[in-house]
Amino acid sequence: MALDTRTNVLIVDDYKTMLRIIRNLLKQLEFDNVEEATDGQEALAKLRQGNFGLVISDWNMQPMTGLDLLRHVRADPRLKDTPFIMITAESKTENVVAAKQAGVSNYIVKPFNAETLREKIEKVLGHVNA
Amino acid sequence: MSTPEDGVQAARIEAVVRTVLASLDGDLTSKEMVMLGELEELGRTIRRAKSEIAALRVDDIKDSHIPNATDELDAIVAHTAAATNEILDCCEVLEVMQPRVGETEAELLRQVTTRVYEACSFQDITGQRIAKVVSALHAIERRVSLVLETFAADGGRLADEMAPADAVLPVVLENGPQLPGVAMPQAEIDRLLASFD
Repeated sequence: MALDTRTNVLIVDDYKTMLRIIRNLLKQLEFDNVEEATDGQEALAKLRQGNFGLVISDWNMQPMTGLDLLRHVRADPRLKDTPFIMITAESKTENVVAAKQAGVSNYIVKPFNAETLREKIEKVLGHVNA
Repeated sequence: MSTPEDGVQAARIEAVVRTVLASLDGDLTSKEMVMLGELEELGRTIRRAKSEIAALRVDDIKDSHIPNATDELDAIVAHTAAATNEILDCCEVLEVMQPRVGETEAELLRQVTTRVYEACSFQDITGQRIAKVVSALHAIERRVSLVLETFAADGGRLADEMAPADAVLPVVLENGPQLPGVAMPQAEIDRLLASFD
């Protein structure tokens, strides 16, 4: 399945090196329209102003976590259908279940590889486009 | 966990032992002799524990050992972050070179830079693991303070001066990274997510 690489992607992580890594991996997948935010609040503001087709977010951030960001996105009538991938080191069942119950589209546990990222993006964008 | 009430109880036990010892006079039966011996040993144990706890030098732990350990850990995070960013700089240069080399070489460059990007995510996990260690150090600091408060005469003052561990944590983690072998692998997470569909 070919990826729609014109999709506007918002990546959210409080750790700048991680933002850089994900941005570079997305660039290798030929996603050029990538914006960054360093916590949930900043991400939510950007999402409300922009037109993003995919959110890739970390979990542990302050003041707003990735899980809270996801809940806000799903509660917003304009944003609620935006594909949302959580990339996090949180790998306990309770975390995955909480994310799923909040409406996460997919979940990637750190450390991850480029193939996993490509596969999950393909899955959530394919699901939206189907 | 020890509480201030435990300290009161320890003092009361010692007082009871002293009272019992003081009340034992005259000829003693063999049973009373055994009990006397045990009570004396108990009294010695309590005195020894108090002096050992008083000698713990909790000020050193609070003012020197824990801050030094957290500073060292912060330095590890800073150095590895600097090194990681240097590596990423180099990778980005290699990516710029890709269009200038042959197709085979360009593909090889793409593959190796991808592997480097993947490997560099160690920095994020390392930072989170260190945050957990710092949290553990503060928990130890708090426990030592409580023990001193319980058994040593001036421990309460030190305990009052110490901030709750959560107030000084640099990073708040939900659970944080799990150890290899304990962490749920991606395939298992995929199965768990699929079970909701």
